Amino acid sequence: METILASTAAGVFFLLGMGAFGTAIGFGNLGGKFLEGSARQPELAPMLQTKMFLVAGLIDAVTMIGIGMAMWFTLANPFLAYLE
Amino acid sequence: MATAETNAHETELTPNTYMQHHLQNLVLGKLPAGYERADGEVLEHETWTLAHSPAESKAMGFWSYNIDTLGWSIFLGMLFCFFFHRVARKSVDGAPSGFHNLIEMCLEFVNKNVKDAFSGTSNVIGPLALTVFIWIVLMNTMDLFPVDVLPLVMQKVSGNPHMYFKVVPTTDPNITFGLSISVFLLIIFYSIKMKGIGGFIGELTLHPFHSKNPLLQAVLIPCNLALEGISLMAKPVSLALRLFGNMYAGELLFLLIAMLGYWQLPFHFIWAVFHILVILLQAFVFMMLTIIYLSMAHEHH
Repeated sequence: METILASTAAGVFFLLGMGAFGTAIGFGNLGGKFLEGSARQPELAPMLQTKMFLVAGLIDAVTMIGIGMAMWFTLANPFLAYLE
Repeated sequence: MATAETNAHETELTPNTYMQHHLQNLVLGKLPAGYERADGEVLEHETWTLAHSPAESKAMGFWSYNIDTLGWSIFLGMLFCFFFHRVARKSVDGAPSGFHNLIEMCLEFVNKNVKDAFSGTSNVIGPLALTVFIWIVLMNTMDLFPVDVLPLVMQKVSGNPHMYFKVVPTTDPNITFGLSISVFLLIIFYSIKMKGIGGFIGELTLHPFHSKNPLLQAVLIPCNLALEGISLMAKPVSLALRLFGNMYAGELLFLLIAMLGYWQLPFHFIWAVFHILVILLQAFVFMMLTIIYLSMAHEHH
């Protein structure tokens, strides 16, 4: 029982940590490129902004799925079912 | 503000049981005869009933209905149709004001995005994009209600103190998968309608690798099919899980905040303000991807 909980907890740390790591880098690059683009051509800023928000939604898609799985593992641990 | 009394078998109120309680849907399903219920009562014959515990809702199996999710999503859908129909019917001369203006802003926003991203001609894509966007925004905004308010009201109204009541429809994977699978069926329908069965199959088997001599082509077809098949299947799954993951994580944070006692008021406000961005963004992403996928389905090669 304890080993299952411990390993699930370790798994959840990785899920959340890696997800946050990837999302942070993605948003950093995205924001940086957006600022560069709108600095070079300020009149394009509104169009770039909608595209940026679209890609922002796509970036954290996989991370959010990871977070959803991590929350599921913490709250309703499916691996415990194999105990009995 | 957490509810003091909980289910019969959840005697004490720990953070875990509090969260389990708030993440459990109100499930209507059929319990088999002789099933021993949470409060010890044994059923003589198969009965349609509301589940009193997570174990019961599991025992109800596949054919059980999350009434709270169904109720709220249908209610919000009717709300959307009612208000948009009422505004559309009443013509306003001169500058529109207040509510009429809000509806027109939504329309223009969706219309602009449809015009930009949709290259084909179709009279379905406009209303579909508008419905998907507004409905998901309405369903997501249910998340901004404080976590304990609506379940408490519902418990008083229904008199059943152990009432499960999950208010946000989009934190239920059934709703998000329902949305994305219907979009997926539309993708396939329009692919076949626009490109014919041959075109659709060809799109799945001849891309991305193709070659002149038929022998090599015959070898390439299976791996093409694998690649294209997976990317086709990934569309509905990613659409659904993206919306579900975002709203589920948001709901969980609201639950964690709600357990802080009086400190929940400032934190709830802060997270709610940020969550408004997430709500609108996820609805926008869902709409944009629906438009993009359908415009890809309408393309002629």
